[in-house]
Amino acid sequence: MTSLNVPINDPIELSAPPSLQFESVEFNPFGHQLFGPCSFKLDGPGPTLVMGPNGAGKSLMLRLAHGLLTPTEGAVTWSGDGAPRQAMVFQTPVLLRRSALANLTHALAVNNIPRRLRTDLAREALARFGLSASADTPARVLSGGEKQRLALARAWALSPAVLFLDEPTSALDPAAIKEVETAVQEFHERGTRIVMTTHDLHQARRLAGDVLFLAGGKVQEHTPSNVFFDTPVSRQAQAFMSGELVA
Amino acid sequence: MEENAFYVALSLLVNLDASLYQIVVLSLQVSLLAVLIAAALGFPLGAAVALWQFPGRGGVIVALNALMGLPPVVAGLGVYLLLSRAGPLGELGLLFTPSAMVIAQVILVLPILAALSRQKVEELLGEYREQFVSLGMSRACMMPTLLWDARFALLTVLLAGFGRASAEVGAVMMVGGNIDGVTRVMTTAIVLETSKGALPLALGLGIVLLTLVMVINATAYILSETAKRRMG
Repeated sequence: MTSLNVPINDPIELSAPPSLQFESVEFNPFGHQLFGPCSFKLDGPGPTLVMGPNGAGKSLMLRLAHGLLTPTEGAVTWSGDGAPRQAMVFQTPVLLRRSALANLTHALAVNNIPRRLRTDLAREALARFGLSASADTPARVLSGGEKQRLALARAWALSPAVLFLDEPTSALDPAAIKEVETAVQEFHERGTRIVMTTHDLHQARRLAGDVLFLAGGKVQEHTPSNVFFDTPVSRQAQAFMSGELVA
Repeated sequence: MEENAFYVALSLLVNLDASLYQIVVLSLQVSLLAVLIAAALGFPLGAAVALWQFPGRGGVIVALNALMGLPPVVAGLGVYLLLSRAGPLGELGLLFTPSAMVIAQVILVLPILAALSRQKVEELLGEYREQFVSLGMSRACMMPTLLWDARFALLTVLLAGFGRASAEVGAVMMVGGNIDGVTRVMTTAIVLETSKGALPLALGLGIVLLTLVMVINATAYILSETAKRRMG
């Protein structure tokens, strides 16, 4: 297997996923307090599901953690030396105007994977997510579910130690949702730290190891999933849960 | 007389008249070379302005947009002053050569390619930015990806530039001099032949020029439609 020789595919199953810490992180561009101040630590086995009403700061939290946004105050730190290899899957998958295969080889190329290994790694990832038949199809004419799987395959090929997912299933039908959830489980089993936002309580129940509940740009609760779903501690989480159940 | 001239023009075209053929070939050579040079400079320039924030960026964008409408005679005058014997580049002896015409057309086309590619790349960047940052790409690394992914839009931009170059007359007349067999291109020949009353050759060239413009526009249309259908 080629992948054994590649540093990017070093087995990371054995070591625990890197832990992520927010230290009084705030994000307030132009004086608008959009997030924080927040302090928490993600060091459990996960997956961590980030929940909360619209405008709670879920997406902001992911972007701050991933480094797409820089905190105005405070710091985002990782265990180990520097930030680990990370990938993010967006609500609307961002795909290049090229074939499915070329989308993956491009991502590998910008991560400095030697040219001779790229195609094999890319095909391996496509096969894992059931996209082998679509390798030469332009990525942007794939169906919604296939696009999201391609985005996951791209992340897979990069062997991230941490994977962020921003409501990856909100626009998908049940079959596609199931495929994405299976993929998330696979990442989890490979030892990748999963941090995922969702609106879907059922999905959160299926996937979550722990739940980070946000409201008003602040962390209201960070508890193991069984605690969160059975006896939520914070008033906001109780309201959120009952609101969902009533609806 | 008019109808007569039209038939003579057609027969010149059909029989591949040597002088007409030479003029058409030189026109294509000059304009194609000018557009290629302008693309090699203008596309990266446009992409760079789209990607990097720097003081005076707004001014650069306004200048590029304004220069899209640069009058050809002004470009011609500038190049003339540069290349004339007394000018700073007079030593090169380029005035009244096809090279001078290429330089003038590059100056005319460059702002079009840079300004339009800046727009296209900026649109695409808006869509791709978060994914690029997530992949850990530097700006310099984003540039080739963006230019490649905007390839169909840029091809249309390229054809717009070629249309401008091949149809303009003022600049090539001033710096080329319309010398028979050396720097005579379609537009300058049409001006000359019309003023001499030699309408058949002028009309023949006019037909070629019009056909060329039609072909360019049809190509641009077909390419963008195909791209939309195939690439989504």
